[in-house]
Amino acid sequence: MLSQERAPIYEALQEFEKKRVVPFDVPGHKRGRGNPELAALLGEQCVRMDVNSMKPLDNLCHPVSVIRDAEQLAAEAFGAAHAFLMVGGTTSAVQAMILSSASRGEKIILPRNVHRSVMGAMVLCGAVPVYVDPACDDRLGIPLGMRREDVARAIRENPDAKAVLVNNPTYYGICSDLRAIVKMAHENGMLCLADEAHGTHFYFGADMPVSAMAAGADMAAVSMHKSGGSLTQSSLLLAGPAMSEGHVRQIINLTQTTSGSYLLLSSLDISRRNLALRGRESFAKVVEMADYARSEINQIGGYYAFSEELVNGDSVFAFDKTKLSVNTLDIGLAGIEVYDLLRDEYDIQIEFGDLGNILAYLSIGDRPREIERLVGALAEVRRRFGKEPDAAGLMRQEYIEPQVDASPQEAFYAPKESLPLDKTPGHICSEFVMCYPPGIPILAPGERITRRIVDYIKYAKVKGCSMTGPEDPDIERLNVLSGLH
Amino acid sequence: MTVEFWFSEPHTPNVKLSIRVDRQLYSGKSEFQRIDVFDSPEFGRFLTLDGYMMLTEKDEFIYHEMITHVPMAVHPNVRDVLVIGAGDGGVIRELTQYQDLEHIDMVEIDELVVEVCKKYLPKTACRLDDPRLTIHYEDGLKFVRGKENAYDLIIVDSTDPFGPGEGLFTREFYGNCYKALREDGILINQHESPFYPEDAAACQRAHKNLVESFPIAKVYQAHIPTYPSGHWLFGFASKKYHPLRDLNETRWNLRGIPCRYYTTTLHKGAFYIPAYVEELLKHVEHE
Repeated sequence: MLSQERAPIYEALQEFEKKRVVPFDVPGHKRGRGNPELAALLGEQCVRMDVNSMKPLDNLCHPVSVIRDAEQLAAEAFGAAHAFLMVGGTTSAVQAMILSSASRGEKIILPRNVHRSVMGAMVLCGAVPVYVDPACDDRLGIPLGMRREDVARAIRENPDAKAVLVNNPTYYGICSDLRAIVKMAHENGMLCLADEAHGTHFYFGADMPVSAMAAGADMAAVSMHKSGGSLTQSSLLLAGPAMSEGHVRQIINLTQTTSGSYLLLSSLDISRRNLALRGRESFAKVVEMADYARSEINQIGGYYAFSEELVNGDSVFAFDKTKLSVNTLDIGLAGIEVYDLLRDEYDIQIEFGDLGNILAYLSIGDRPREIERLVGALAEVRRRFGKEPDAAGLMRQEYIEPQVDASPQEAFYAPKESLPLDKTPGHICSEFVMCYPPGIPILAPGERITRRIVDYIKYAKVKGCSMTGPEDPDIERLNVLSGLH
Repeated sequence: MTVEFWFSEPHTPNVKLSIRVDRQLYSGKSEFQRIDVFDSPEFGRFLTLDGYMMLTEKDEFIYHEMITHVPMAVHPNVRDVLVIGAGDGGVIRELTQYQDLEHIDMVEIDELVVEVCKKYLPKTACRLDDPRLTIHYEDGLKFVRGKENAYDLIIVDSTDPFGPGEGLFTREFYGNCYKALREDGILINQHESPFYPEDAAACQRAHKNLVESFPIAKVYQAHIPTYPSGHWLFGFASKKYHPLRDLNETRWNLRGIPCRYYTTTLHKGAFYIPAYVEELLKHVEHE
């Protein structure tokens, strides 16, 4: 077994470089010569690494040498039985996870606050969602994790379900009791899947919520480009011993590009090494900065930067302390308004803002001086733009329980008609509607549209959320199933 | 026989200033920056941070007098002052000449700079033991954030807007200074230079942030031979007092403070800036 200090793909690229092989294969820029502007933009070193699969560099679709080695090192670093390097973002990892677990008409038990990629996968394979109502925090207005009793009930009522999917953690850093859920799933012959897009550091930091692999989950989608420090669009799919590596790879290859980028692959390799060798100290620093930021922000007044005090042993089983989530309602501004002000007035780009909260992403790349800027700017936003909270008329509740009346695949491909927003309540939606970030659908294909949902959409638009999903880019009209339902 | 031992600082990728060095007295590295002290035949002793010229014995009086006496000749009643940066002590030396000052808070992020200056630059660091002075070794942005209605004058004697000083040119910092000042407070800052493109861009950005944070935001100039292009600017941001209309020449001159650069006449002239600089600044004002 190779040591974690090795980076097989990166090393193979360096070796290959030295040979100065003459390219008569793709890509056509031929080490940048054919596209000098690209070479000037990215740097020669970068464009020279942008090469095609070939024997010394292995093949992402069927790895047998250096990519396989890199995958084995990743599996070892993450405590998984198998690891797959993914170049289509965590979306591709999540979708491969779902496609490997259920097919048409089969059920998956999951919370409603999942990422759009989960829903998209269900549209593709025809799986049917069984939603577990995530508990909600009234003060914060955010959906929490799943309660054990709610998962148990969903399993009891759907004994034929194929898998249970858990967010570990949610966008805001909330974790469910993953170990208990894995146990319940396995006891009932179901797989347990984890969307760990925001949980890469769980595998390396001390004092973190339990990671999916450690909890015994069967598969986990892990973003390497978030807390992992890797390039955007690079990700990992982890699998436990119960999954067939070959089967999962076949599923991945159904939609994966045959021209996987070596920039992304070598980035994954190096980042895995960095995490394995230095992850513990790096994430300890991140937690320290996050704790400091929270304590400073909570002294400004009005803001509530929440953390472990939310833990209640069930729907908030654990909290990811690296997440800097702040509730903004008491300064009379919606989270999205604070998000916009920070960007427009202070050149500070945070991760996202929704109805009542903002999320700033702290990572191994942050320094104390940037934290000071963020805290200083938040104080100024309150001083200059804060309003009386009651007078501001802010909407609190993020979560609206969906009414699923058709499977996502059926609804997406069914004959449809376009209606103005105000005429849609009562119809079944055939498309997605969501704010991006976080990309959690407000409406998914197959769900019945209600007045309350329409009000939410309008409010989100007014407050400035970027919305996406519907065919109509202005989101004045929605596609609904035509005919009577 | 002369030894070809030179200190050089690139002012742009195509322009350098070189100063012949007699010998290097100190080289060290703090958590924040690299610190060097040299002796030179022409400029005497000089201090550099991260390879950038900070001050020389020969021309430091220009910078320190202009950043201190201009606001002190305008504000009629300065009692409490906040100085950010100023690790070399020059601003403190100028300020402590005012008897009616009650308290000075100096916030310098790098303790090593103060230590090195006390040892090697006694001519600028000589008043760091004034009883009215309290030195805080922390981030200026963090310090000022916690203050409200506490100062009559804030002087930001910072390095350049990249490196440890970058937070001191931001919108949120100026906003926090506004909050920390009393209702007739003045904010003075090192405002970069309008000549070379990168410096001019930084200057313009700082001016925009100040214009958007204070009702009065003016700029004045001085000639500092050892800074890039020699043409250097200071920002005068104020809640109430106008730098020219509220200048009280008689009152300041009666204090009898000896200066080698500043005069109340020069004070007036310093606010009349070249056409291209006016243009640069107007570009970001929304009049």
